[in-house]
Amino acid sequence: MSDKIRKVEGITKESTEALIAETLAAYPEKARKKRAPHLGANDPASGSACVKSNKKTVPGVMSARGCAYAGAKGVVWGPIRDMVHVSHGPVGCGWYSWGTRRNMMSGITGVTSFPMQFTSDFQEKDIVYGGDKKLKVLLEEAHDLFPLAKGISVLSECPVGLIGDDINSVAKTSAKELDIPIIPCNCEGFRGVSQSLGHHISNDTIRDYIIGTREYAEPESPYDIALIGEYNIGGDAWSTKPLLEECGFNVKSVWTGDGELEKIAATHKVKLNVIHCYRSMNYMCKVMEEKYGTPWVELNFFGPTKIRNSLRQLAALFDDTIKEKVEAVIAKYDPIMQAVIDEYKPRLDGKKVMLLVGGLRPRHTIGAYEDLGMDCVGSGYEFAHTDDYDRTAPEMPDATVVYDDPSEYEFEKFADALKPDLIGSGIKEKYVFQKMGIPFRQMHSWDYSGPYHGYKGFEVFARDVDMAINSPTWKLVKAPF
Amino acid sequence: MSNLLGLEVKTIVETPPEEIERVHNWINTEEYKEKNFARQALVINPAHACQPLGAQLVAHGFEGTLPFVHGSQGCASYYRSTLNRHFREPAPAVSDAMTEDGAVFGGQNNLHEGLENAVALYKPKMIAVFTSCMPEVIGDDLTAFLKNAKQKGVVPKDMPIPYANTPSFNGTHIHGYDSMLVSILQTLTEGKQIEGRCTGKLNLIAGCDFNTGDYREYKRILEAFGVPHTILGDISDSFDSPCDGSYHLYAGGTKLEDAADSINGKATIAIGPYATPKTFGWIKDTYSGKHVSLPMPMGIEKTDALLMKIAELFGKEVPASLKNERGRAVDAVTDSHQYIHGKKFAVYGDPDYLMGYVSFLLEMGARPHHILCSRGSKKAEKELQALLDTSMYGKGCKIYMNKDLWHLRSLVVTDPVDAIIGDSHGKFAARDAGVPLFRFGFPVFDRVNKHRYPIIGYQGVINMVTEICNKFIDIKDETCEDRFFELMR
Repeated sequence: MSDKIRKVEGITKESTEALIAETLAAYPEKARKKRAPHLGANDPASGSACVKSNKKTVPGVMSARGCAYAGAKGVVWGPIRDMVHVSHGPVGCGWYSWGTRRNMMSGITGVTSFPMQFTSDFQEKDIVYGGDKKLKVLLEEAHDLFPLAKGISVLSECPVGLIGDDINSVAKTSAKELDIPIIPCNCEGFRGVSQSLGHHISNDTIRDYIIGTREYAEPESPYDIALIGEYNIGGDAWSTKPLLEECGFNVKSVWTGDGELEKIAATHKVKLNVIHCYRSMNYMCKVMEEKYGTPWVELNFFGPTKIRNSLRQLAALFDDTIKEKVEAVIAKYDPIMQAVIDEYKPRLDGKKVMLLVGGLRPRHTIGAYEDLGMDCVGSGYEFAHTDDYDRTAPEMPDATVVYDDPSEYEFEKFADALKPDLIGSGIKEKYVFQKMGIPFRQMHSWDYSGPYHGYKGFEVFARDVDMAINSPTWKLVKAPF
Repeated sequence: MSNLLGLEVKTIVETPPEEIERVHNWINTEEYKEKNFARQALVINPAHACQPLGAQLVAHGFEGTLPFVHGSQGCASYYRSTLNRHFREPAPAVSDAMTEDGAVFGGQNNLHEGLENAVALYKPKMIAVFTSCMPEVIGDDLTAFLKNAKQKGVVPKDMPIPYANTPSFNGTHIHGYDSMLVSILQTLTEGKQIEGRCTGKLNLIAGCDFNTGDYREYKRILEAFGVPHTILGDISDSFDSPCDGSYHLYAGGTKLEDAADSINGKATIAIGPYATPKTFGWIKDTYSGKHVSLPMPMGIEKTDALLMKIAELFGKEVPASLKNERGRAVDAVTDSHQYIHGKKFAVYGDPDYLMGYVSFLLEMGARPHHILCSRGSKKAEKELQALLDTSMYGKGCKIYMNKDLWHLRSLVVTDPVDAIIGDSHGKFAARDAGVPLFRFGFPVFDRVNKHRYPIIGYQGVINMVTEICNKFIDIKDETCEDRFFELMR
């Protein structure tokens, strides 16, 4: 939480509320009523959400949201590198989500890691007669062709649930026959209101089928931790995991970026779960806390200020050995980070950024922008819940606009009024704003860059933000004639 | 009990390095290839997407048109982001966000609410509705739903709302393109046929083509001819719009009145017989004037065929500028043929693209050694074989229908080629085989501005042959011993 309430010149509760009212005026009455509670002016002092969230998307408004399947395949299961992830149903869902999240993987493709698209490619006859038999054959084929795969996830697409297939029973039989874990995940895209339910369903399948089925071969140590909700986008985990190791921890498993199934399955043995993306994996942290008594702590690895606070927060839970190491790490990186800030801050000081992203970034990245002297003048999530917005309130300046699952119309209106120097959002928004001449960075995929996590990540982040805002190409947008 | 299902708890065992090595070698063997080709159920790395993607593409090709997905919202996000990534352009489209209750009650309420909101916020001139899986499985009656929408007044009565059933469990993106296009044309031309009227224009349909440069090239060719024309489903400005400080939701597309009047055209050419069978069939039965279906004009011969057909339909000579252009393209290929002659290629993609690649390669004296289509037909296979049979360079080349890019990988590691032609998804197989990949297909997620470089027409020949030959020369420069590193190539 930030120390004091910050203000941005020209932004007041009244101005933000007027902007919201003006934006909502374009909607038909029913939609306006539905959308109104999802837009609000931030009240940091309250420390609580100023908007409603996790409700159905209003039809026809152009939402950025995805679906439960996207949350299961793209977010939770997909990044586990040593498994075959089957997109069960028609060809499209798996094809669109193939390699498009940038959760990087080590290993040898097709041998020990599987960043590929596996699908049952449903045809009309599979809809009519059901796909269970096909699934059974497919699982055998996958096991045959990829003998080193440690398990298989079966991720249902819409038709599977609608035609009443029983993937759970197929998975159970095949798991026994093939002697590998096969996890059925009923994450059909029509379930719930966004990706979020897909995260939850996937967490539940980890709880039901995975956790507690393996044990680490090495003896336990008091410094065994797991890194949860780290998806290795652009190599993030390859920045955060070594950082935690430098602080003296044994990072026994990463959920699920560059993740390994068996290490995840043994995570109940660690002493502490460190969670980064709270939204997508808080469920399993809570399960492990209840069932195995494993405590968890939510940290932030964006920008030196938040990293420093996070490492100290972590150290406070351990002995002096760790505390000393953490202080040494902070002392080592502080000057390096200061050099980064010294280089970029003069060009970024006072610049304004607007955010619309997914799980944690609409709040977690604010501190990193602030390290560079920037203000966040608007932020929102595609699929957050109230607890996310509660956590966001203290991070944002006073009275800035908060938007939940905004339509493209709203987002454009807000940008038009607030005139940000940078927008951080997704691929669907990127080119809209770039046409307007507004610098933009994709903040789901790090815009084909990264890592952005950890000390190593901040250097890349600062360079990218500067490059986006200060590129001379923006000066060419307006023709001189 | 340490886990919920009471499963046996095992200690983690790392896979021994020699076992990894063994499997690593094994996946490159003939034995593995056989096993891989014996697959019955599992599809790995398919080279095709689903119908609605093609439907959305062509919807963007009409003026003021908002693509509207009737189904789950996640579907719309997937189509949009795929188009965003390929073109690096906006792809505005909405969905009616059907959820579980839609499965029970049907999607009419979502559709109506969605239409009303879309009209209010995005003020389209036309809304093109197409379906994803959910309404197709539960059997939503779009005809009735849309009739009701107009009766209830949720959309203006005179707003054209073409709609297409585009189930993802049938066909690929090319079939969605076809179904949406025919519906758009049927809707817009309804009651517009006027006895005795002729616009004097050529209607041209580009087929399910994701290269904006190709559309501009068709227009340039027709302008050179002085043939008045309407490109139906013209995505060139929609997906290649200027960056000038302003955003236009509907940046391009065929004028709706031109599309409506296309039924009174002098002639219609539908490019891409595999992407336009429904549309062309309907046009043949309905439209005034002459109707011709032609393959994608890739390579010199197929471009010649297009030009001669235009000349014939409009009673004109091929203009001198295009004759010269042909000469320049031929000059480009004769100058560079030695760098491509005899080279073996693996090619994959949609049937219309494959016809084009194969035709082009045979003309160059190159061998389309492995030809792979991840969803094609017997007809496409026969036509490809007939094409191979026209040339000695087609001898020994083999067609693989309904195979995927994991099959392709087995092919290129056991029976090597010099290069692969396809889309970005082929980069994994290309890397494993250690050969270059030429991204002439869709999608291209990992190179910039490719969609601005046409692959059709004489200009397309120059672009393709330049990219291919220079890459081979680059490889030679990068890999040759110092003593063979020389100034001239």
